[in-house]
Amino acid sequence: MVVQRRSQVDNIPAYSRSDVENLIASNNEPTWLKDRRLAAWDLYENTPMPRLEEEWRRTDYSHIHWTDASTVVTPNGAVVADVPQKNLEPLIGDRQGGLLVFVDGKLVHNEVADELTSQGIIFKDLRAAVKENEDIVKQYLMTQAVKPEDGKFASLNAALWDHGILIYFPKGVVAELPIHAVMYNKQSGGHLAHVLVVVEENAQATVQVDYASAEGPTHSSYVGATELIVGDAANLRYVALQEWNRETYEFSHQRALVGASANLDWVIGNMGTRLTKAFIEVDIVGTGANARVSGFFFADKNQFFDLDTQQNHNAPLTTSDLLFKGAAKDQARTLWQGMIKSLPKMQKIDGYQVCRNLVLSRDARMDSIPGLEIEADDVACSHAATFGTLEEELIFYLMARGIPRPQAQLMVIDGFFDELLQRIPFERVRQRLQAEIEAKILG
Amino acid sequence: MAVELQIRNLHAHVEGDEQPILRGVNLTIRQGEIHALMGPNGSGKSTLANVLMGNPTYEVTEGQVLFGEHDLLEMEADERSRAGLFLAFQYPVSIPGVTLANFLRHAINARLKDEDPDSKGMPIPQFTRLLREKMNLLGIDHSFAGRYLNEGFSGGEKKRAEVLQMATLEPKIAVLDETDSGLDIDALRIVAEGVNKLTGPDMGALVITHYQRMLNYIKPDYVHVMFAGQIVESGGPELALQLEENGYDWIREKYAVAQS
Ligand SMILES: Nc1ncnc2c1ncn2[C@@H]1O[C@H](COP(=O)(O)OP(=O)(O)OP(=O)(O)O)[C@@H](O)[C@H]1O
Ligand SMILES: [Mg+2]
Repeated sequence: MVVQRRSQVDNIPAYSRSDVENLIASNNEPTWLKDRRLAAWDLYENTPMPRLEEEWRRTDYSHIHWTDASTVVTPNGAVVADVPQKNLEPLIGDRQGGLLVFVDGKLVHNEVADELTSQGIIFKDLRAAVKENEDIVKQYLMTQAVKPEDGKFASLNAALWDHGILIYFPKGVVAELPIHAVMYNKQSGGHLAHVLVVVEENAQATVQVDYASAEGPTHSSYVGATELIVGDAANLRYVALQEWNRETYEFSHQRALVGASANLDWVIGNMGTRLTKAFIEVDIVGTGANARVSGFFFADKNQFFDLDTQQNHNAPLTTSDLLFKGAAKDQARTLWQGMIKSLPKMQKIDGYQVCRNLVLSRDARMDSIPGLEIEADDVACSHAATFGTLEEELIFYLMARGIPRPQAQLMVIDGFFDELLQRIPFERVRQRLQAEIEAKILG
Repeated sequence: MAVELQIRNLHAHVEGDEQPILRGVNLTIRQGEIHALMGPNGSGKSTLANVLMGNPTYEVTEGQVLFGEHDLLEMEADERSRAGLFLAFQYPVSIPGVTLANFLRHAINARLKDEDPDSKGMPIPQFTRLLREKMNLLGIDHSFAGRYLNEGFSGGEKKRAEVLQMATLEPKIAVLDETDSGLDIDALRIVAEGVNKLTGPDMGALVITHYQRMLNYIKPDYVHVMFAGQIVESGGPELALQLEENGYDWIREKYAVAQS
């Protein structure tokens, strides 16, 4: 029998069943949602805090102060002016298809272009969608992509998500303009958000979601779920950029489902948090589907990032291409664990997985664990992890042309990330990220 | 007044390795002069070039290098470059994610900042014009501006890109380390003509080469032979012809004793 130290037993989220009941009552939620929330809560309560499981054993989050980090956050005079301007800038030019901004879970800005609404595109607060688009939410919310049984924090999100977004593109609808959402937190405490994106057959969507928070006095948690459902022959470009403050612990489940002949282009950026544990998964469920997943991360000081990726080929003639690039500085630690899986007898599968690490200080530590579990035989799967440092030879070359050392270092690091940043379709966002990377290098 | 690069009794080895590579090099190059440096493989030519440029791989144990009024060995590589020294590398490294244009613009702007700390840098249209003009001079396709520096460049393309950088930065003294090797016959002519346009009263050059063919285009005023870390013979253009004909055996015979 494992004897647990008292502190570990006690240091768990302080939520209770009455928090779930209060949430249901205050939102006046329909019975099906109430039932799902309560079932998820039961599942949550019956699941131990993950600690020694393979995908958790390298991730020590025991230093989180759950009493602070699971304080229920009540929006308090939140306004859009609380949000940094850089997060509100239009993605391209001066237009965007829509901008939703949440502060502490409250929708404070709601702008959707008429041309989107008239096409039948839904882009709204998930709580409103539960009432106004009940069938869609009921059909997709945690039924296909992320499920409550995916883990302790998935069930917690299912029971207690209190804000979120529904993005729904009906069949065949193509939006020219990108859609942009910002989740910003001003208060410390427990934040539970849910993003549900459904792109129906033949539709095409481009979406960016920013996550950020103000410096907080105490620990926060972000227990999040992202579901991307890409229908047959549909096309989704999805960019998610996370810059939570350094007191935040993120536990998130993000999963995409890609239908036949569909294309998913998913870019994920991790810059913030004290600790991140993210499960990023792509289920390729339809013949001829393609998924590209690109991740970048930059950890410094005492940050710890643990990114778990999985590419599941559940249909023949499918491709997946995953590229993660990260850097670590100071005493930061990063871990990437990747897996490509296939169902038996899936022919013509092409799965690619690589994580490139740039170790910027002696005390930083970066680990990468690629993996393959392929049960098909006509496959071309490859995986790799690389590790490098800032090469003096490259710095010298730039300096030999008159560029001072600090700038030469910046250029080499920027260059390392460039391939990845180029996968973000918005020039302004690339520039913003470049500035943030530079701030971390110099900070 | 013409700037002088004065190398006096220069000794150097690889950082962390006692074995001397440069064992007392003496050489003076003035702006406007062309010097050729020849010598067998491994004699120390590239080491000299790198030590002059400030490559931290090498440690100078003795000697002095003056560049105009500057004590070169006291300066960082970037300061040497901005003071007007240039090295076209024998083996240029590639820098992923950094485009040739972006890199050269930074290099120019670093110079402008030296002159005026408030400089906002060269306006992009002006820079683009400058770069195009230099690319035309060296027969380089304009698409190279947007390519990552040296990444996937062929051997000859790398050498041309080195000369392009030289043409853009307009140094006072340039060291060209085997810029001719890897160039096909046409490229050699184009690059050599490019170099010739840059030399003249404003630029001095130390041309490191194994082949007379480069010197057919770039006529040296002086030819030097390096052997075992020292310059053992100096002469006029006829020395290069003599080496082409006879090889280095006579040098080995003449100086092997002195070496051991
Ligand atoms: N970074 C280094 N590490 C170890 N040895 C080195 C290094 N650089 C130079 N050397 C050694 O110093 C000697 C001189 O090398 P260098 O590259 O200067 O020769 P070179 O005259 O340029 O030759 P080549 O004509 O082949 O280009 C060689 O024996 C070489 O192996
Ligand atoms: Mg050499």
